[in-house]
Amino acid sequence: MANDVLTYNDDTLIKEQGFEDHFHDHHDGDKYQSNFVTHYIFSMDHKIIARQFLITGMFWALIGAAMSIIFRMQLGFPEESLTWIKPLLGKWITVNAETGVGTLMPEFYYALVTMHGTIIVFFVLTAGLSGTFSNLLIPLQLGARDMASPFLNMLSYWFFFLASVIMFYSLFLSTGPFSGGWTAYPPLSALPQASTGSGTGMTLWLMSLTFFVVSVLLGGINYITTVLNLRTKGMSLWRMPLTIWAFFVTAILGLLSFPVLVSGFFMLICDRSLGTSFFLSEIFIEGAALPNVGGSPILYQHLFWFLGHPEVYIIILPAMGIVSEVLSVHARKPIFGYKAMVFSILAIGFLSFIVWAHHMFMSGVNPFISNFFVVFTLIIAVPSAVKVFNWITTLYGGNIRLNTPMLYAIGFVSMFISGGLTGIFLGNSAIDIQMHDTYFVVAHFHIVMGVAAFFGMFAGIYHWFPKMFGKFMNETLGKIHFWITMIGAYAVFWPMHYIGMAGVPRRYYSFNNFNSFDDFQLLNQFITVAAIIVFAAQVLFVINFFYSIWWGKKMKDKNPWKANTLEWTTPINTGHGNWEGKLPVVHRWAYDYGKDGKDYIPQHIPLTEEEKAAEGSH
Amino acid sequence: MTALVIFLIVLLLFVILVQLGKVNELSAKIRGEEDAEQQNNNKTAVWLVIFMVAFLVFCVASSIYYKNVMLGYGPLVSASEHGGKLDSLFNVTLFFTGIVFIITQVLLFWYSYKFRSSKGRVGQFISHNNTLEYVWTAIPALVMTFLVVKGLIVWNDVMPDVDPSEEVIEIEATGYQFAWDIRYPGADGKLGTKNYKLINPGSNPLGMDFTDEKTHDDFIADKIVLPVGKKVRVRITAKDVLHNFYLPHFRVKMDAIPGLPTYFIFTPTTTTAEFKENLREYPEWNELQDPNDPELGSKWENFEFELACAELCGIGHYSMRKIVEIVSPEEYEIWAAAQTAYYTGIRNTENDPNLGKLFNSDIISRAKEFSTNIEAALNAENAEDKIVRLNYIQFKTGSSELTEDSKYELNNIIKLLNDKSAISAEIGGHTDNIGDAAVNLSISKDRASVVRDYLISNGVAEARLVAIGYGQTQPTDSNDTEEGRQNNRRTEFKIISQ
Repeated sequence: MANDVLTYNDDTLIKEQGFEDHFHDHHDGDKYQSNFVTHYIFSMDHKIIARQFLITGMFWALIGAAMSIIFRMQLGFPEESLTWIKPLLGKWITVNAETGVGTLMPEFYYALVTMHGTIIVFFVLTAGLSGTFSNLLIPLQLGARDMASPFLNMLSYWFFFLASVIMFYSLFLSTGPFSGGWTAYPPLSALPQASTGSGTGMTLWLMSLTFFVVSVLLGGINYITTVLNLRTKGMSLWRMPLTIWAFFVTAILGLLSFPVLVSGFFMLICDRSLGTSFFLSEIFIEGAALPNVGGSPILYQHLFWFLGHPEVYIIILPAMGIVSEVLSVHARKPIFGYKAMVFSILAIGFLSFIVWAHHMFMSGVNPFISNFFVVFTLIIAVPSAVKVFNWITTLYGGNIRLNTPMLYAIGFVSMFISGGLTGIFLGNSAIDIQMHDTYFVVAHFHIVMGVAAFFGMFAGIYHWFPKMFGKFMNETLGKIHFWITMIGAYAVFWPMHYIGMAGVPRRYYSFNNFNSFDDFQLLNQFITVAAIIVFAAQVLFVINFFYSIWWGKKMKDKNPWKANTLEWTTPINTGHGNWEGKLPVVHRWAYDYGKDGKDYIPQHIPLTEEEKAAEGSH
Repeated sequence: MTALVIFLIVLLLFVILVQLGKVNELSAKIRGEEDAEQQNNNKTAVWLVIFMVAFLVFCVASSIYYKNVMLGYGPLVSASEHGGKLDSLFNVTLFFTGIVFIITQVLLFWYSYKFRSSKGRVGQFISHNNTLEYVWTAIPALVMTFLVVKGLIVWNDVMPDVDPSEEVIEIEATGYQFAWDIRYPGADGKLGTKNYKLINPGSNPLGMDFTDEKTHDDFIADKIVLPVGKKVRVRITAKDVLHNFYLPHFRVKMDAIPGLPTYFIFTPTTTTAEFKENLREYPEWNELQDPNDPELGSKWENFEFELACAELCGIGHYSMRKIVEIVSPEEYEIWAAAQTAYYTGIRNTENDPNLGKLFNSDIISRAKEFSTNIEAALNAENAEDKIVRLNYIQFKTGSSELTEDSKYELNNIIKLLNDKSAISAEIGGHTDNIGDAAVNLSISKDRASVVRDYLISNGVAEARLVAIGYGQTQPTDSNDTEEGRQNNRRTEFKIISQ
């Protein structure tokens, strides 16, 4: 049966068989969004909020990436003059009066490294990725009118916005933003004497991230409630698309782990301003012995990584969910091993809470404790491997459309393999003795949770752009973006494995103090050039994004990818409330692609007589 | 200007790309979107395979190219006993992950190519396969078990603290913004107590508690010198923020934490000289260290083991270097013996908490000094050379009462007189010229007598000793300076017969 013949008349179907929730009786359509402010700014529509998260995330991604370009310039070309960037960075570039060569000051180098990490991890890959797609897809794919609490959902965005404003403001402080690494380990982060960035910069960092956590919690509680309570008729848990499973588990992880981070932050705030000694003990700094005794810096590390490790799954699980969906839709095949995929997500979610100390093998915790963390850490490799095998098998026997979202999904799997495998080295504490805090770690986590998560995000943006804006992104630009990013990302991060295996530590401003670390100038230049090219490709993506919003190819068919999930049964210009009349009723799982010779059978299509018979016989 | 030109070129490039995208979209419309999509699809599928081949070739080729600078594949083999185990664990992991890496990457891109869409085809409805899924859950589980067990065996071999009965050299590394201080235990083999409140950058940078005698022979070295083949326990501490004690060539790494000492135990297996000889075999190490400065010699000649910081500690994090030198045990002994205990520079200064307090070591060294002087006097020819100055017999100011610590010197004399019964001697008292000469004379007489009486009361025959007060009549130095006057106030032991 030819796939271009197969179309479904959703409107009639939903009208005839849909679920009547008396939506119109209550709200008369879209009465909340009567003017510009309530429609676009203080919106309670989950789809607008999703777009707000996405565009704010893109803003931060550009800033975070631009920062990495500046510090990569320092690492790749330490001798080159940076005078040209002085108009932007001001006093953080010192110009040698004789030679005219401008040099990035180490204070600001460390501020850039710190902000790059904070921004990308929290503002881009947590808010920008999970915030965008959880908001967009949870109600749409579940057949809900909106989130359980649209108001809290709106607050969730505006707390993120507040956090963003504070963090952005901190970039312009005369003492610079916080510069003690995104993990903010005390005593460095607790003592303004230890680093200029640990003064006001750190205060604002803590404030910003506290508001950020409020945002995550408000969002998370909404996602969980919506998934549990607002599924349309027929949408049992086992019929949910993998995207929803991933967002659901992500929200649970966030809800359980972020409060622990905040408790650590509160103790840090007390140590900073109230003279407590949670994390401080026996410190002599700037010619004076501090009175604090009895605290333990390691306690902070426990609290931080109790969030910090689930956090990397908070970042990667939504990407995994998106990729599962995109792979299946564009391969025209059911996702292979749906149940195994769900159990893998649950297993990864559970295990993510009991592996945190693998970040701390070399931090002075009792080596005996590390035994347990090694075991749990390497167990995570099993569900991760299962997911990879399932994705690859999903491609087997498909009828694959190699468009931009699909390329990014394939790229995600490639990155996840490359970066995941190096985790097996680092998770083994004995190997971590040498590899800890070297460039090997930088390579590992950038590939597995940086690049891979970005790839998942790109796959999602290219795939759901029509749903968000009623237009398509330009395919040619999308493919140029993909190939430069794919090749470029490997070119940036692959060589870092070698630098790490040579023992070069991360977070070094310059390598020429050490004979052992000074041999990689060429490689560092190569990485920097590749990073600049990749950054340019991201600018191209942003141009494509905004260009396509206004001038992109129009969406004519409301289900352009011929996908099974419910978001494609809503009108092209989806109003608040998502479905105009009744809600669709779900009769099947989300992955009936290629079943019985039919290219696709959406979730709201009732079972045929043969299917009912087959189901009964099981 | 250049910046503006570059900016304009980049801008132009973006404009061109956007136009290109538009043109392609239009031409697809003209050609029929489906056909265009089909063609693009085929092209992209080919590119995916080309990418895969190029990527894998790049991975293998580049790793071979960089082989010699990584881990132990080239000359940079581990210089410690445990390091080799870590490296081999790395290689075992690399073997398994390498296989998985190649298989999965090949399948991923190959399937993407092979099952690219073609018109009229429908994807196969393969939703799951339990057998397959059990198999590929079991295989990683087995491999992980193997790696975990192997890894934990090594870990639990490397990390535990030393047994108290083991012989081990313990040194201490203290990190601070932005350098390391290395403390050695000195002759007693024990590091003395520290207290961070005693830290004084000028006189006590580590906060050593000098009332603990174990600190007295501790020395602070400007580099880490260790004997080859001896087990070393490094006690790792920090003064201000977190640091990390990182010896890349020895596969040693451990955080340094203020208030919470950590440790790492390792055994160096290669001396710096041996390591250099090995590097010499490699052409890249025979290049000049600095082409602009041929005097420096080749790279291998300039090689040093290094200590670095591997935990972000502030703006100078990248500069906490210290040289590590591994030498033969004999060379180590010589080096250690040549180091001066830090306390030596502190003893009897205002920073010395033991000011005016005698240690056993002092008593022993004073006794030695006394017997050396006596020996010289006994062997001397001239009568004026048979005088020994009793440096450590002292009186309370203005009186003839002996200080408590004088008894050690007096006991030295008693021991001498008991050992050599032929000796008879004169105890002479001397003063400076401050004050009335008659008073000085009388006090010097009293002091000499007090010494004589003390000796007699401890069993020396009266006949063997005379006590004479000389007052200020026989100065040995100028009375115009305090130092000179100090030298003139003295008690002398003059051998009359032997």
